[in-house]
Amino acid sequence: MKKLINRPEDVVRDELAGIALAHAGRLVVHTDPHWIARADAPVAGKVALVSGGGSGHEPLHGGFVGPGMLDAACPGEVFTSPTPDQMLAATQAVDGGAGSLHIVKNYTGDVMNFEMAADLARDEGLSLEQVVIDDDVAVKDSLYTAGRRGVGATLLAEKICGAAAEEGRPLAGVAGLCRKVNETSRSMGVALTSCTTPMAGRPTFGLGDDEMEVGVGIHGEPGRERRPVTSAREVVETLAEAVVDDLPYRSGDGVLAFVNGMGGTPLMELYIVYGELHHFLEERGITIARTLVGSYVTSLDMAGCSITLLRLDDELTRLWDAPVDTPGLRWGA
Amino acid sequence: MSAAAHADVVTAAGVTVWLRAFAAEVATRRDELTALDAAIGDADHGVNMDRGMQAVAAKLAGPADGPAQDVPLGPLFKTAGMTLVSTVGGAAGPLYGTLFLEMGKAAADRTTLTAAEWAGVVSAGVAGVQMRGKAEPDDKTMVDALLPAAEALRAAAGSGASLAEALSAAADAAEAGMRATTPLVARKGRASYLGERSAGHQDPGATSSWLLLETAVRTLADPT
Repeated sequence: MKKLINRPEDVVRDELAGIALAHAGRLVVHTDPHWIARADAPVAGKVALVSGGGSGHEPLHGGFVGPGMLDAACPGEVFTSPTPDQMLAATQAVDGGAGSLHIVKNYTGDVMNFEMAADLARDEGLSLEQVVIDDDVAVKDSLYTAGRRGVGATLLAEKICGAAAEEGRPLAGVAGLCRKVNETSRSMGVALTSCTTPMAGRPTFGLGDDEMEVGVGIHGEPGRERRPVTSAREVVETLAEAVVDDLPYRSGDGVLAFVNGMGGTPLMELYIVYGELHHFLEERGITIARTLVGSYVTSLDMAGCSITLLRLDDELTRLWDAPVDTPGLRWGA
Repeated sequence: MSAAAHADVVTAAGVTVWLRAFAAEVATRRDELTALDAAIGDADHGVNMDRGMQAVAAKLAGPADGPAQDVPLGPLFKTAGMTLVSTVGGAAGPLYGTLFLEMGKAAADRTTLTAAEWAGVVSAGVAGVQMRGKAEPDDKTMVDALLPAAEALRAAAGSGASLAEALSAAADAAEAGMRATTPLVARKGRASYLGERSAGHQDPGATSSWLLLETAVRTLADPT
């Protein structure tokens, strides 16, 4: 394992120390327990947005804290859900009197820890709603699985709900919007390599030089099937077809197309993927109205990408375009 | 029978020695648990449980042989549960945390528990795990080790077994349950994403649960 770290057990602590120094004045990083808040929180009268998840997916979630997006983010250990005391402390601190929305990725640990946090927060008299994001079509959604995972749509929900909260929309409205984003988003990813967590020191799963894992999750958990690596065009066809057919997205739809890098894939390849996706959707009469290309929901050093589509309407488009001022996403500000 | 050499009730001293022994066992087997998790999960079970149990062991301050006999058991389990909830993360934090929190509620201010009472306390904890994780038997989770163990405890205590004998029966049932997870297809947690590919691997959560029951055999009835 070659990584720019000091000690494997200190990576999250050391990362947060770096974030605190790099973004002093914009973000406040709390320790014991760990949570990151926008410097001007709590914002009086605004619904507070709180998210969180395991570390190793940066810039998700801490990099999306700031005006127009999250009020606070709770980082867990690497690929490990944060704990309820973190979400409780963050929610108490950023609640501006209009209640809080917790945006939770559908992973067993995240859901359980956020549920325990909600119980504790409600005991404290706080008003909050939780929305679970589950956009990954690679997982069969049935009684016999933990359900679909939350991946790329998480970022879209955080951005769009953040804009709605800045406009002064009440808690029920922001939560409803979050559900709408989740319901009209679909994603699927592919890994070309595994990732290596600092504590394990070895790749999480084995993948031959000529193999790819189709439908991979954002912790290196295996997906739908393993098959030989093919061209970008064929990979996009596999991912985009699964995504488009699932909602389904139809001719005449306008979408936000999000091509996400897993952490170890160059932007060059992401743009090649984007180009193929553009042609794929164009042939089906689906118009890409907004785009996002880059590594935003990552899996440490994994090579690969995911494709997320969100069906846009005027409201979602306007909220997506609204100003955002975070370390990871910034425009109009 | 050697039961006469053992205390026949669970005490705070026994619980303290038990949890310290479990912490030591998890530390020893940290890499083994993580390797089981790497096969069907996300390769962090040993690391997370070790971090949590080291914190629990540190919280159980006091003399090496545990606290005095008259300490109530409820708060002791509550401390262990809250510590796990706030240090482990993942799914194991809420699940093991809930196990101990619910055991604490059931034990309340009792300072000693007979085998039959202990069976009731463990059953309450296991019911809490099922409530939190919504897992049923054969979903390939820690419930597959815990539920048979609770049943074995109740059966042994109901037939008049000593505490030591009941703990042995529970550990044996947990071990059988753990081994039986190997051929199962996971229906809960991250392993469920693998579908059929999760078969052929022993469940890491069931393994740590067996370790918990197994360390109880040599500590809980015999804290010295």
